[in-house]
Amino acid sequence: MIAFVLRRILQTVAVLGVVALIAFSLFNYTGDPIAFMLGQDATMEDRVRLRADLGLDQPAYVQFGRFVGNALQGDFGVSLRQGRKVSTLLRERLPATLELSFAAALIALLAGIPAGVYTALRRHSVLAHVLLAASLVGVSLPTFLIGILLILVFAVQLGWLPSFGRGEVVALGWWTTGLLTPSGLKSLILPSITLALFQATLIMRLVRAEMLEVLRTDYIKFARARGLTDRAIHFGHALKNTLVPVITITGLQLGAIIAFAIITETVFQWPGMGLLFIQAVTFADIPVMAAYLCFIAVVFVLLNLIVDLLYYAVDPRLRVERVVGH
Amino acid sequence: MGHPGIAATVATVAAVLALAAAPVAGKTLRWTSQGDILTFDPMAQNESLNNTFSDYVYEGLVRYNKQFVPEPALATSWTRLDASTWRFALRRNVKFHDGAPLTADDVVFSFERILKPASNMKVYAQGVKEVRKVDDYTVDVVTDGPNPVLLRQFVDAKIMNKAWAVKNNVVNPQNYAQKEESFAARNTNGTGPFMLKSREPDVRTVLVANPGWWDRLEGNLTEIVYLPIKADATRAAALVSGEVDLVLDPPTQDIPRLRQNAQVKIVDGSETRIIFLGFDQWRDETPYASVKGKNPFKDKRVRQALYQAIDVEAIKRATMRGLSVTTGSMIAPQVSGYTEDTSRRLPFDSAAARRLLADAGYGDGLEFTLDCPNNRYINDEEICQAIVAMWARIGVRARLNAMPRATYFQKIQKFDTSAYLLGWATATFDALYTLQSLIHSVDPKGGADGNFNLGKYSNPKADELIGRIKTEVDDARRNAMIREVLQIHAADIGHIPLHQQVIPWAMRSNVSAYHRADNRLDARWIRID
Repeated sequence: MIAFVLRRILQTVAVLGVVALIAFSLFNYTGDPIAFMLGQDATMEDRVRLRADLGLDQPAYVQFGRFVGNALQGDFGVSLRQGRKVSTLLRERLPATLELSFAAALIALLAGIPAGVYTALRRHSVLAHVLLAASLVGVSLPTFLIGILLILVFAVQLGWLPSFGRGEVVALGWWTTGLLTPSGLKSLILPSITLALFQATLIMRLVRAEMLEVLRTDYIKFARARGLTDRAIHFGHALKNTLVPVITITGLQLGAIIAFAIITETVFQWPGMGLLFIQAVTFADIPVMAAYLCFIAVVFVLLNLIVDLLYYAVDPRLRVERVVGH
Repeated sequence: MGHPGIAATVATVAAVLALAAAPVAGKTLRWTSQGDILTFDPMAQNESLNNTFSDYVYEGLVRYNKQFVPEPALATSWTRLDASTWRFALRRNVKFHDGAPLTADDVVFSFERILKPASNMKVYAQGVKEVRKVDDYTVDVVTDGPNPVLLRQFVDAKIMNKAWAVKNNVVNPQNYAQKEESFAARNTNGTGPFMLKSREPDVRTVLVANPGWWDRLEGNLTEIVYLPIKADATRAAALVSGEVDLVLDPPTQDIPRLRQNAQVKIVDGSETRIIFLGFDQWRDETPYASVKGKNPFKDKRVRQALYQAIDVEAIKRATMRGLSVTTGSMIAPQVSGYTEDTSRRLPFDSAAARRLLADAGYGDGLEFTLDCPNNRYINDEEICQAIVAMWARIGVRARLNAMPRATYFQKIQKFDTSAYLLGWATATFDALYTLQSLIHSVDPKGGADGNFNLGKYSNPKADELIGRIKTEVDDARRNAMIREVLQIHAADIGHIPLHQQVIPWAMRSNVSAYHRADNRLDARWIRID
């Protein structure tokens, strides 16, 4: 077990190193932040001095080495756009992104699972066909378009919900939450639905497929033969066995939600890390971009690790094979 | 003022009354544009949005009136003691937002700070050798020669409080090398009409009216809330839904629709920015052209052919959807020194252009690359596409190389271009600023002369005149010289001017604002009814 975890941690470090390296080789193409930092009136002398101050005059591999060295000590440098510590910026933006992501994941589960169960049990009903058709739309429409459509309907036409921002937030230590104010909750609705739509359709289709699979198995037939109620069979036996892969997929998709929140955050001016990243890209703010990419890599790797560990704990066969292997 | 004590008391009472009345008659302006303010340090960033907010919180010795003529602000009067010494009398009873009085020490300190290496506003104190305190309310400014644009520069040279800066360790403007956030980036202490109340970067910035301001607002704002919204569609939606009152940069494609909306009005105004083309005129062989062994752009006939092949009215109609003012000048009408006769364009004439090309020896075609930004000016890439198509009609095959601004400026500022598109705004509203940067020969030492003359156009007569314009204090003689430089440049076809950008502002119909040609939303003149 410990060996397994250690091995995974070593792999994690290797993945992070590769991500950072790729990120840095890409930064050569994002352009020169100096042009943004100094206005059009700056002299050549000013430019040269600032470039040296920031270490941008050195070759990419030296910059990379310095970045890794500092990052290991928890120092991601200073944002070129805002002149503030990158670690502070990320910490300020983390709550917004996590609240949005978890709200979206929750909506996806609450909408996706019942819809999946329904479409599996009532395969030929009209509603099931409607849901399946709607899920196709959810999968194929780009997120920003869904967001803009929602804004158009609920903010502009009906005027029920705000079109942008996070509303009022309450600070709990360094964590800020929008969940405790009416305006914060109202602000959360449209972006979280936008972000959830794709995941909800994914979960719905997954649950439907798994349910259909399970309903065909022998133990369901035996359960029916025993005279159990439909309710007990569908929810007590079939759904329970369906949920194992669903939970796995949802866990892994959480990483995707956090990463793909970039588009939703941009459309709704949601002050999370994705918006921070997009602004950093247009400004060529290298320290922020690098730190964000590393953060996303860590999230993905950690989620994978947790899922693997859960498997390890849940599935006895994995352990057995290890013992045999020795 | 005979009785400063009484005046102060009256002012205090008025301030208290204003403060008490504020919540009742509160007029809040919520406005947006796509980016956030980078810093509140008035000397750390010379960028339009930052300068807009500096104007809310801080003041200079002088400020612009609606005609862009400097008028008294923190200085009440000034006299010229000799060719290079100016004496400014400071306004009495001006208080910083923390209550400290404004004195000559603050002015001396502020100019020292502007001239520090880490300052981004050095250009506004250009030519200033020293600022000396004479007494508490008088300062002398010593320049390195006569400077006819000194007052215009001083509009953006903001005055900070010395004691506050010392106490909070911000004697130096923001310094990226020190790896710490500067206190002055998020905290302010100015004398201006608004005070910073709260700031969440990229989310919300709130300013409230300064009850102790020495002057009165012409408008009626008591609070300003700035809410950046990056996505174009969302920004327009927020205005239509009434969540914001004003959008500084409504998306071009939404403007016709917004004009139809009764609750929204559009105020069009032209910017001083001129969009133009430039060409490599210094190399013997230009790097991005098909011709080897010589540089076609050194031949005036080629430049004139390229000029006359452009149907700038068609660009205005089709590409800019009417939102441009075509011009033949490198400066805009709002700029001091502008004359009507220097802004006439060469006529659009494809036949003449083809003849000129043939005369120059390129009758069977010419190929080169046109460098163009794609996210810097309004429809920049589309303008270049249109021009490439127009040139194709006279047998010029230009390849369009469009780039985002971050890479574009890096490339062209190294003079690594054969042909390029650029926009230039006259920050001081005085022609010298543009003549010096675009028309004067490039200073090999990297100074301000020719710093954006990226094709290295050069004419010794123009250089000499610009040198004299820098120090000529007689307006009539100076304007005559400006006119002559513009004529020389137009005759040489040093650049090909295209148009002035028209910048529409969109606002709720109950808001009125004065459109400034430098695209700054001036809070003094905004009314909400």
